[in-house]
Amino acid sequence: MASYSGVETAAATGAVEPAGLGHVVPLGVLAAVWGGLVVLTALTVAAADVDLGNLNLYIALAIAGTKATLVVLYFMHLRYDRPFLLVVFLGCLGFVVLFISLALTDARAYAPSLVPGQAPAMKDVHTPFGTKD
Amino acid sequence: MTEPAAYTEKPADPWHLAHHFSSPQQQFDSGKLGIWLFLTTEILLFSGLFCAYAVFRANHPEIFVYAHAYLSKPLGALNTMILIFSSFTMASAVRAAQLGQTRWLVRLLAVTLFCGGAFLGVKFIEYKAKWEEGLLTGGDYRPEAPPPGAVVPPEQKPAAATAKPQAAAPVQGLVIERSSIPPAAVGPSGLSPQWLANTPAHPADRWHGPEPYNVQVFFSFYFVMTGLHGIHVLGGMGAIAWVLVRARRGEFGPRYFSPVDFTGLYWHLVDLIWIFLFPLLYLIT
Repeated sequence: MASYSGVETAAATGAVEPAGLGHVVPLGVLAAVWGGLVVLTALTVAAADVDLGNLNLYIALAIAGTKATLVVLYFMHLRYDRPFLLVVFLGCLGFVVLFISLALTDARAYAPSLVPGQAPAMKDVHTPFGTKD
Repeated sequence: MTEPAAYTEKPADPWHLAHHFSSPQQQFDSGKLGIWLFLTTEILLFSGLFCAYAVFRANHPEIFVYAHAYLSKPLGALNTMILIFSSFTMASAVRAAQLGQTRWLVRLLAVTLFCGGAFLGVKFIEYKAKWEEGLLTGGDYRPEAPPPGAVVPPEQKPAAATAKPQAAAPVQGLVIERSSIPPAAVGPSGLSPQWLANTPAHPADRWHGPEPYNVQVFFSFYFVMTGLHGIHVLGGMGAIAWVLVRARRGEFGPRYFSPVDFTGLYWHLVDLIWIFLFPLLYLIT
């Protein structure tokens, strides 16, 4: 297989396209994103040691979401790519949210009533359509 | 009648342009859409596991609160740092390929590959420890000791031996018969706050202390989720090795770097999954 000679080829063919394909992310941006990810990892480890009850889960997920956003936008250069790729990705995430939230809603709403009186500890669980009795 | 235009020879296609594409740009964009569609199927594959995790955790949080202390937080954090760094080197490798810096491309790919190996090495240490401590799935869950810092709620201990299921209340004229299935775990959907101790179902060679029911399910989640992720790390390393060999031959440059770019996208996705696995398995209480 021939070794690469892209620049020469582009010149020789007189291609209308620019010399390179795609956007080159500056090294400073990549390094900054890496630094941000390291800081956020340290933050989420530290936050896990503080007992905030249910809030711990949401803090950890918020930090993980922020890290994922950084990775997707800069490392995976979705910020610089064609918007259609963002549509594909967000569409996929929409389905993930749909699956998990519907499954959770189902689990929370029906578990107490599957066998009446068998799950007394779930009496107080909030149900989406008013209180259960 | 007009004269036909003079024949001009079309410039030769670059070697990396497949015959069914009209230009390198079109080839690049098609490949990019393809890899992103593949990544969405990967996300949906893992989302099935995350969905199971969410439902099981919502029903039985006590298992996760109890068992996650068995996992090594420092090793999990170390692996997170390793993967994040490898993502950085991978993104830099794509940049090097785009700029035609072949030497840097080879170096950065090698570092990324090494980080993948280091991640699996740490994972091996963790799995080995779980194996030796009897922290496996199903009937192979035979812990030698409670997790460090395990807290047994004092108000739930005394009821352990004496708690009896209440008689079923008649519901709408029907009498619901008690199931012969043993009581469920402690938790929102559990039946009674009983604790296990010396039940005959468990062999004698394990630690017998108070612990929630069905702790072994946590390790099913742990091994399946991290195991599937580990297989993806292996696959990513294979792809990186292949790209590394081609990069050494000097095949990549500003107008042809798709294999580097797409391998990088896959590697970042592996990192992305771990970013969620780490807090959900190791950190959350």
